[in-house]
Parts: sequence; structure tokens; C-alpha cells
Amino acid sequence: MADHKDIIFGLYDDEEILLDAVKVANIKHLDIMDVYTPFPVHGLDPLLGLSESRLHIAGFVYGALGTLTAFLGMTWIFTKDWPIVYGGKPHWSVPAFIPITFELTVLFASIGMVVTFYVVNGLGPGVVNPTIDNRITDDKFCIAFESNAISKGDAESFFKSTGASEVHSKTI
Amino acid sequence: MSSYTSDIREPLVNGHKTYHQITEDLVGPTERAPGLGWTIGFILSVTTLAFGVFCIIWTIWHGIGTWNLNRTIGWGWDITNFVWWIGIGHAGTLISAILLLFRQKWRTGVNRAAEAMTIFAVMCAGLFPLLHMGRLWQAMFIFPYPNTRGPLWPNFNSPLLWDVFAISTYFTVSLLFWYTGLVPDFATVRDRAKGLRRKIYNFLSFGWTGSAKHWQRWEALSLVLAGIATPLVLSVHTIVSFDFATSVIPGWHTTIFPPYFVAGAIFSGFAMVLTLMLITRKLLHLEDYITLAHIESMNKVILVTGTIVGVAYLTELFIAWYSSYVYEQFAFFNRAVGPYWWSYFGMMFCNVISPQIFWFKKFRRNIALTFFISIVINIGMWFERFVIIATTLARDYLPSSWSLYSPTWVEIGIFVGTGGLFFTLYLLFSRVAPVVAIAEVKSILKSAGDQYTGPNKVHHHGHGKDHGLHADHSVSNVDDGNHGAMATAGLTGAGLGSGIAQDYKAEKISTSQPDLNTGSVTNSGEVESNKQDPSEVDSQENKSDKENKGGFTGKGDQLKKIEGIGPKISEVLNAAGISTFKQLSEAKVEDLQNILDTSEGNFGGNSPESWPEQARLAHLGKWDELKDLQHRLDGGKY
Repeated sequence: MADHKDIIFGLYDDEEILLDAVKVANIKHLDIMDVYTPFPVHGLDPLLGLSESRLHIAGFVYGALGTLTAFLGMTWIFTKDWPIVYGGKPHWSVPAFIPITFELTVLFASIGMVVTFYVVNGLGPGVVNPTIDNRITDDKFCIAFESNAISKGDAESFFKSTGASEVHSKTI
Repeated sequence: MSSYTSDIREPLVNGHKTYHQITEDLVGPTERAPGLGWTIGFILSVTTLAFGVFCIIWTIWHGIGTWNLNRTIGWGWDITNFVWWIGIGHAGTLISAILLLFRQKWRTGVNRAAEAMTIFAVMCAGLFPLLHMGRLWQAMFIFPYPNTRGPLWPNFNSPLLWDVFAISTYFTVSLLFWYTGLVPDFATVRDRAKGLRRKIYNFLSFGWTGSAKHWQRWEALSLVLAGIATPLVLSVHTIVSFDFATSVIPGWHTTIFPPYFVAGAIFSGFAMVLTLMLITRKLLHLEDYITLAHIESMNKVILVTGTIVGVAYLTELFIAWYSSYVYEQFAFFNRAVGPYWWSYFGMMFCNVISPQIFWFKKFRRNIALTFFISIVINIGMWFERFVIIATTLARDYLPSSWSLYSPTWVEIGIFVGTGGLFFTLYLLFSRVAPVVAIAEVKSILKSAGDQYTGPNKVHHHGHGKDHGLHADHSVSNVDDGNHGAMATAGLTGAGLGSGIAQDYKAEKISTSQPDLNTGSVTNSGEVESNKQDPSEVDSQENKSDKENKGGFTGKGDQLKKIEGIGPKISEVLNAAGISTFKQLSEAKVEDLQNILDTSEGNFGGNSPESWPEQARLAHLGKWDELKDLQHRLDGGKY
């Protein structure tokens, strides 16, 4: 990471305490940088104001691309590029194209979505993201503020009043 | 938690796990040196794999002539094994995709290993058609790519080519789905590791952070992948069945093949999942995560799909007769009473009859029996494919070209070798990756953990409303290695199960004694634990006394919690003036025996020797210890 950030973060022991803490932060208009959890916590997204993921739209587009690639590809090959008569059937035998068209739809949608997922998240082989705390992937639920977005005192009193078990500062 | 917990469904995570304990249990096997069982298994697998590789090289060097295929029987063990492995590969995606769409929580315990199994099984399957092509080095001819042969394209009308697309798509999508699920768990492994190991797992985890937005996208991705993998998994075996169904061979060209093959694939896949999971569960001590509830659910799937397969077998016979088509009739007659009658009998017995015992709950929950039946089904499903392929081909239209077929050592060697490949890969996987999906198990803990659901659950109310007010009670738990210790200190002293305490901050938990009168929640015994400290143990005991006397109206109901005491004995004891755990714990064994002997009814088989000890634990609220004790007891006897 080229740009270093100073953060102050609190660790919670339970996702329910975390959810309530985020509610308190919303009421107090605190600017949360991010929330880190060991597993997906349901109900967190609307509290953080995260809009619904558009990944499925991307998936549809990739899938449609796969459908077209397969169907138009086979059509071009069997009617224009190299027409061969198989068993006296028409060159453009649509029902026989369905299975491959379906498979390529699924294949394009899956690969496209997975690649998009890693690209938009900034994740991938060789990516090293700073570790805020080793236990965030274990049993701690973390709310992090950027240090310039909140005063140290405010952050500490917020974490204390919402039941955080630990509060730390760190440069990441 | 806002999530719904069911009183009826049994817990899917046992042992009062905390989030940290789940991490410990599931990452642990990748951090320890392998045990003896693993080492022996790995040596055996690699040895068989080596023999398989030798047989493959033999085949490539000398050609397909080393197999016993002949002019009549062009598909033998090779395609039988191919379809068998592909079928096994169906359970993984079924569990991870279809059960995700149906929101079946039990998938979390087995999906990771089942998906791994899928990927390895498809790899084994893919070998057979490739080898059968003869010239392995020209295998890329099956893919459409601009080439210097014209360009000459493959025949897109051929089911064999559809198979190429279906199986390569299936393999790719399964791999992506599996790996995306593994990424957060690799991050968990990474964050516990140091040095080179940490670097390797950081590479594998793609730099996962656990950010809320990432999780949101991760769930969206999983859901859509599940949505498209569901028709995919159904399409794959449908297309495999087209290899047969679009032909003009009697016994093959039946329209029932696609659904029948898909049901058979799920059937054999679940059998293999059970075989593998029961071994894994034992070797890696995952009994708390792969519970009897999981095993029972899978046995139900086996029962349903096995029965569908049975109906399909019978339908085929009926249609052969009903069609009045002599060649079709002969094909089925030949299968049942021809030279390969034993494989037809094996198929019917293993696939249709043997799973029927799973109509009985007792058998569905019997681990040894389940393991045995799962192997029987694996064998039976292999017979099915052999019946369909070799038996049918052996006697075609012309009696002069009838033939018989038995495999050579090369064919047997390749099949055994794929088994070696499968287990080698699976054993390696169990060393480097958590075999149970850590994040997913954590996400169902609050709705399916045994401290929250099922008979031993602890009711907790009114979460989250007021903890902000208890800031001064917050305990700074800064010691990394001491997870949950503060909560335990406050609660175990008060005689509550220690397991529940570890999850919850002491000031937050509000709990009652386990609900002994099934169905009715007693609030009378509810304890606001934030008011407790260890010095209040006495008052806590008084409270539980009060509960035992007043909280439960059903006379003596609670005594049935004691192993060895049923409703009858409970009545007898009540009549003798023993109606609470406290009274029972203070009673003498001889006195109890006396009560039993002098009462009406035959209680000769019941021994009260352990009752006072059990009652003492129940009275003190040590439900965990009681449960442990009852595990060791046999009908209440030591």
C-alpha cells in the first residue's frame, strides 16, 4: 500500500453487539471507514448504507455474451464457414445447439462474475492487504475509523459505550 | 440474534462451540503433523496411483489393444468408470448449490469436502474418455479452435461433444465455486500462521480482509453461482445420458434416461460423500460439525434418490414390455437373465433394496450401518453403469456377433489408479485446507448451534437493547490467547454451563435454565447474569432450587432428564416423595432400589446406581457434565 492510513478500531466479541454499535454510530453520525467480520453478518449492509451488489447484473451480461458466442459461433461455423451434412439433418439445427449454448452461458457467467468479484474487491493472487488484527478472521468483529475522521476521545468513548472489548490505533 | 431458531430441528453444531473454538477445531488439522491414519492412507493412495499411472503409460505406449474391448463391445470398463465417477461428482455441487438455494443449513458441515470430492471425481472421470480416444496427444482436437485442418470443426450436433462442453464447464464452475468459498477460510488459516506459511496462505487467500462490502459481494456471488450451478449440475448428467439416449441401441434409446441418470448421479454422489465424510469425521474428530443430523439428512436424500432410481429401473422394464418392440424386450431380458445376470442382480439389490432400510430413523442414524450401505451403493451404482453399457452391447442384433467381455489387468489397473488419484488428492486437500467451511459454520452457529437450539438450548432474551448502558461492565479482554475467559469466570461459578458463557459478554447474557418442560419457556428461573458475581453462587443455587420446585408444574417431569428414569419410574419416585433433582441427589442408591423393588411394575432392568450423581449435576445446572456422564452411561448404569 502506497498511501498509509492511520486508523482507530474497536473489536467486538459478538455480531449482535457489533450491529448495535453500528446503529449507535449512525445515530451519532460517525463516519465508519469499514467493518470487518469473520463471516457475513446479515443486517449490516443497510446499516452501513451499502447499496446492493450489482454483481448479478454483471453475471447476466456475461451469461448473455456466452449465449451469443455459442449460438452465433455454431451458426456461423455450420452454415458459412464449413457446412457439413450430418445424418441428413439441416445445417442450422437449432435444437442440437441448445446444450452447448447453455453450457457456455453458464461458463461465461461464472468466470466473468468470479473475475469481476476479485477485481472490484481488489483481491487476487499476490495481493497483500494490511492486517488490522489477526483475530478478525477468527472471532472478533471490528469497526474501524480513519483517525482524521474522528477524534481519539470520541472514538474511545464510542467504543467503550457500545461494548467493544478492545480499542487500538494502527497505521495501515 | 435476529435469525430464527427452531425448537424442532436438532442442532447442527454440537459441543457449545464458540467462534474461536470453531476456528481452532477446523484449522487445527492443517496445522498439526498428520496422524498415523492419514500417513497410511496417503501411502496406500499414492501407491495405487502409481500403479494407475503405470497402466496409463502402458495403454498409451501399446495402444487400446491392451484393453479387452472388441468389435461388439466397444465401451467397457472405461465408459462405465467414466459415468460412475461423473455421477459421484454430482453430490458436491448439489450440496453447495441446490441446498444453498433451499437454505438448508446442514450443507455448511459437508459442502466444502463434497465440492472437493466433486472436483477430484470429475478429474478421474475425464481421464477415461481421453484415454479411450487412443491418441491422447491429440486430445485438443475435441475443442473448436481455428486450426490448419481446414479449419475443420467438431460436430456440434454430437452428444459426445456436448459432453466435452458440459464436463469442462462443470469442472470449471465447481472449481471457481469451491475456491471462492475457500478464500475467507484461507485468510483464517493465514492469520494464525507466521513466516513462509503465512506468505503461502496469503497468496491462496488473495489478500482477503473480511470487509463488509467484500462479504456482501461474496454472498451475492455465491448465490448467483448457486443459481446457475443448479441447472448446470442437472444438465451434466442429462448430457451424459444423451451419449446413450440419442443412439439407436435397444436398451439405450429411452427417454427416461436424463432424469434417471440425474437421480442416479445424486444417489451415488451422496453415497460417496457419506463414505468420505464418515472417515474424515472420525480421523479429524469433526463429530461436532458433521453430526447425526447431517448423516440423517444425507440418508434421506439417498433414500429418495435410490427410490427414484428403482422406479426408473421398473419403468424401463414396463416400457420394454409395453412397447411391443422385440429388440428392446430382448435387451432387458438379456440384462436380467443373460450371461451378466449377476451384475443386474447386484444393481437391483444394492441400489433399490439396500437403501430402503433408511425408512427407519434408527438405521438412518446408525453410523456403522450408514458407512456399510454407502459402500454397497457405490458398488451398486458401478454395476448399474456396467449393466447399461457392457451387458447391453454384448448381445446386439446379430447373434453371430455376440460377444463377452472381461477387463484386462490394464483396465483394472487404471480404474484402481483413479481411486488412488481421488484419495491422494482428497488426503492432500484435508491437510492444506479446512475440510469444513469455517465462515459458513460460524454464520449458522447462532441459529443451529446446540446452545441456541435443540433440547439443550439456553434461552436468551432481549439482546442488544441495553448493552450500551453497561459500558462500565465491559471487560477488556486483551489477552489474545484467553478468548472468552472473562465471561466464563462470571458464569461457571454460578453453576451455568460454561460453554454458553464463552460466546457472550457477561453483562449481556440473560439466560434461564435449560427448558426442561419441553415446549414451555420458564421465565421464573431467569437469571440476569450481569448482576452476578462468583460470591452470589449461593443465591443462584437458591434460585435454581426455587425453579426446580416451583418453576415446573409437571410433577416429576424433570426427573426424566436422568438417564434410566422414564415416565413410570418418575411417577413411582414422586409417590415416594422424590420429585426434585435435589431430593434425588441426596437419596441413597439402596433406598432407590428399595422403592423400585417394592413398587408395582417390573423395573428389574433399571439400576439406580448413577441417579444421585446425575441428579446432583442436574441440580447444580451442570448440563454439560451431565451430558458427558450420560454419554458414558448405558441405560443409567456405569
